[in-house]
Amino acid sequence: MKTLFAIVLLVFNAGVLAAPMDSFEFESEAQEKIFHKLSEELRCLVCQNQAIAESNADLAKDLRTEIHTMLLAGKSEEQIKEFMVNRYGDYVLYDPPFKPMTWLLWIGPIGVLFLGLHYARRFIFQQNASEAPGELSAEEAERIRDLQSELNRSDQSNNKETGNMKKEKRS
Amino acid sequence: MTEIKQNNKSMLQRFMPLIIFTLLVVLLGVGLTLNPRLIPSPLIGKPVPVFELPLLNKEGVFSSEDFKGQITLLNVWASWCYACRQEHEVVKQLARSGLNVIGFNYKDKKEDAQLWLRQLGNPYQLVMADEDGRAAMDWGVYGAPETFLIDQQGIIRHKVIGPVSDQQNYDELIAAIKKISGSNL
Repeated sequence: MKTLFAIVLLVFNAGVLAAPMDSFEFESEAQEKIFHKLSEELRCLVCQNQAIAESNADLAKDLRTEIHTMLLAGKSEEQIKEFMVNRYGDYVLYDPPFKPMTWLLWIGPIGVLFLGLHYARRFIFQQNASEAPGELSAEEAERIRDLQSELNRSDQSNNKETGNMKKEKRS
Repeated sequence: MTEIKQNNKSMLQRFMPLIIFTLLVVLLGVGLTLNPRLIPSPLIGKPVPVFELPLLNKEGVFSSEDFKGQITLLNVWASWCYACRQEHEVVKQLARSGLNVIGFNYKDKKEDAQLWLRQLGNPYQLVMADEDGRAAMDWGVYGAPETFLIDQQGIIRHKVIGPVSDQQNYDELIAAIKKISGSNL
């Protein structure tokens, strides 16, 4: 158990421990903010489940340097994003844009939710409907009559039997 | 007749969870077998990026304009890249078949790259050296090997991510070469 705990701690710490340290200097706090925002939002292409902020891959380092250079050159956040998308595709964005290619991605989950709600509603209404007495078809009515008469008959024979039993006990 | 219809409906309803489950399995199955390393390049169908790089083995530079006039295979490689070694024989074979193959030495030391070519053979018409990887960034390169197919107008028509010696990569590349040489000849 202790070992397991240690492993879990190690695994979840790995990202924090491995976070790369760069020494970039900025002209303003605003620039530094954009830098950190961008490097959190852009995906590293080599080590795919990391943002370029947390990756030690060579390419991630280069891209951080590039963002830094572009910021110092006065480029805006949007311009830098566009620069990345033009080269590596929408894939670099952790937040993919809303366009025909990604409609399913964005609308899909909501669609599935509504489908689920629809089925849940139908299911609930069906149960209510089956509890309430509804109109019977001619066939069903006939079947019920048959069953009832059968029940009556078996009741009568049951009564006879119990009557006999009582007699037997008494004797 | 109505009874049959009702039966069909309830059958469908009964099997709905199974149907949904099967669809999900198929969807997830396809997702799992896709290779996440294959990122489609947004550069396909666009002109080559503007760049200029020094040559590895001689004086001079190579620039975007130099692609015009013939179909070119641009092979991104490095001496530190193991898969480049694997694909090298196939790159040689493509060069022997008469294709204009140009080398793009990616984030490498000049001496290492030159030694690598001496040892394994040099199939390239010329090799440009991108030591800091800045030009490669404009090409959307995110690893080696990568191979671009560029047509006579200097438009990027196909990109191979990973070794061209891989059968599927190879077949797709050959198909793309046939397509552009067929439609333009």
